Amino acid sequence: MFDDRYTLAYKRYPYKKSADQDAATPVRHPVVVMGGGPIGVATALDLGRQGIPTLVLDDHEGVGMGSRAICFAKRCLEVAGRYGCGKPMVDKGVVWNIGKVFNKDDQVFEFNLLPEEGHEYPAFINMQQPYYESFQLDRFEELQKDGAPIEIRGKNRVDSVEVHDDYVTLNIMTPDGPYTIEADWLIGCDGASSPLRTMLDLDFTGKVFQDSFLIADIKMKNDDFPTERWFWFEPTHGGGASTLLHKQPDDVWRVDFQIGWDVDRTEEMKEENIRRRLDAFLGENVQYDMVWSSIYTFQCKRMDSFRHGRVFFAGDAAHQVSPFGARGANSGMQDVDNLGWKLGMVMRGEAPDSLLDTYNYERIHGADENILNSTRSTDFITPKSEMSRVLRDAVLDLSEKHEFARPMVNSGRLSVPCTYDGSPLNSADALDGPARSRPGSVCPDAPLGDDFLLNKLGDKFILLTIDADAPDMIEEAGIKVERLALSTADDKTGALRERYLGDNDKAVYLIRPDQHVAARRPSFDENQIRAAIRRAIGKE
Amino acid sequence: MTDLILTPNIDGVDDFYAELIAAHEGLSKEDSDALNARLVLVLANHVGDREVLSQALKAAEK
Repeated sequence: MFDDRYTLAYKRYPYKKSADQDAATPVRHPVVVMGGGPIGVATALDLGRQGIPTLVLDDHEGVGMGSRAICFAKRCLEVAGRYGCGKPMVDKGVVWNIGKVFNKDDQVFEFNLLPEEGHEYPAFINMQQPYYESFQLDRFEELQKDGAPIEIRGKNRVDSVEVHDDYVTLNIMTPDGPYTIEADWLIGCDGASSPLRTMLDLDFTGKVFQDSFLIADIKMKNDDFPTERWFWFEPTHGGGASTLLHKQPDDVWRVDFQIGWDVDRTEEMKEENIRRRLDAFLGENVQYDMVWSSIYTFQCKRMDSFRHGRVFFAGDAAHQVSPFGARGANSGMQDVDNLGWKLGMVMRGEAPDSLLDTYNYERIHGADENILNSTRSTDFITPKSEMSRVLRDAVLDLSEKHEFARPMVNSGRLSVPCTYDGSPLNSADALDGPARSRPGSVCPDAPLGDDFLLNKLGDKFILLTIDADAPDMIEEAGIKVERLALSTADDKTGALRERYLGDNDKAVYLIRPDQHVAARRPSFDENQIRAAIRRAIGKE
Repeated sequence: MTDLILTPNIDGVDDFYAELIAAHEGLSKEDSDALNARLVLVLANHVGDREVLSQALKAAEK
């Protein structure tokens, strides 16, 4: 009845019979989340911190084995930081800045990402996905102890749903047999092959790429490999058509071989065959243990809509991209960041239901941007036509001697947060300020004494003033917006000026609970700010 | 005398590259080669400067 789809790395929420299973009539829950992966648990963290009862259902009892997602970008860490579990991730993760690109067997160039100073979180870290999930589950348990109304049920598999106008019925299978519950809201975070999407017979369209990649995570015995990202285009070692080497914590390296479309999976997954590729790549003298391996193919697809009445989709269930550029888990976390505050406001009666449609608008915008970027990387790594290959090879040839060609080399554009240009929640940009903090952008972090700006913003609406007058609190449409008054006099590094003022002496920003800019102006204008607040909660 | 620019000089280079690849989509090899040849001539005319064009030819040589 319960076939495990995968092996667990950590058993975290063993099955326990719930009182719901003996209830005479189905128990109603405010929010049910399908899937206990990184996106489902993050959803519970977001809603639980708002005091919204949230029940996560997972058909397994913990964190799945295998490194899988290994690259967690700044925005993802910032969101996790707001939930209270960003620090341990950064402590565990590996930060790298140097990358090397090889064409055939020759290094064509080396780059240093030179991350911008003045951010609490690094541009990204490498870390095996089970660690990421564990840190979130640690935080989940902490919040539970502090009284947050969140719960996760292992070996609770949703077998069918009935969607009604104002609630959803879920039929769940457990080791003790089936039971039924109801949910005011249902969020599907049940992964790329989302059973929920299938149950509702919803479209998932896009491109399938005809290539397979073999991942081998290896632990080096004689550890003298540097903490760098190395990428080979068409190496002659024969291990794969392209090869990526990337460091993870615990002296583990990710090796990723492009092995073609028409492969015998069972054959390729045999340890001797993986070792044959690895030995060809690393040379005979390198000693290693194999930690984990997998073959993956990928597709760039998304649902037509991420909202279907009382049902939402987030993460891989809603959109899937190629792994180049680390836009899977990272974009899923931005889904959660976007949906959490909107659902909270609508459930508390602070905002109209239509605010939830902007989740769809904004995150489809994000998904399309991610699909575009990851498709381009894929096309560069595995050119689809002869001319595409000729041009790609020309770029690689030129990049060895000429700096201009290096930005054209595309082995993955690393995930940066999406700017919601054109969102109905934005007010027109009234400040001739830096483009990076225009309405729709996520607030760039900046140092504030011993702390950082994003920590001060928190997760409520904030009126950020920089050397500008404004009331300490403004209440509009039932929403209390507190002011955060900053001054360039305290801006020792100049980061605040550079990121928020540009050539202006002062500025006023209205910032959403997900730390995206809703409006900005050169000075406080009560009518305009009140209108901007109404617009940002879907009331204008 | 202007020197050939060999440092990054295109804003949104990924967009440009995608447009270049898209221009070739569906063309035969022969048609693609012809497109490239016309593109070289169009761009050379835009550059105009004989010295820069000679430098560009050198930069493109292996």
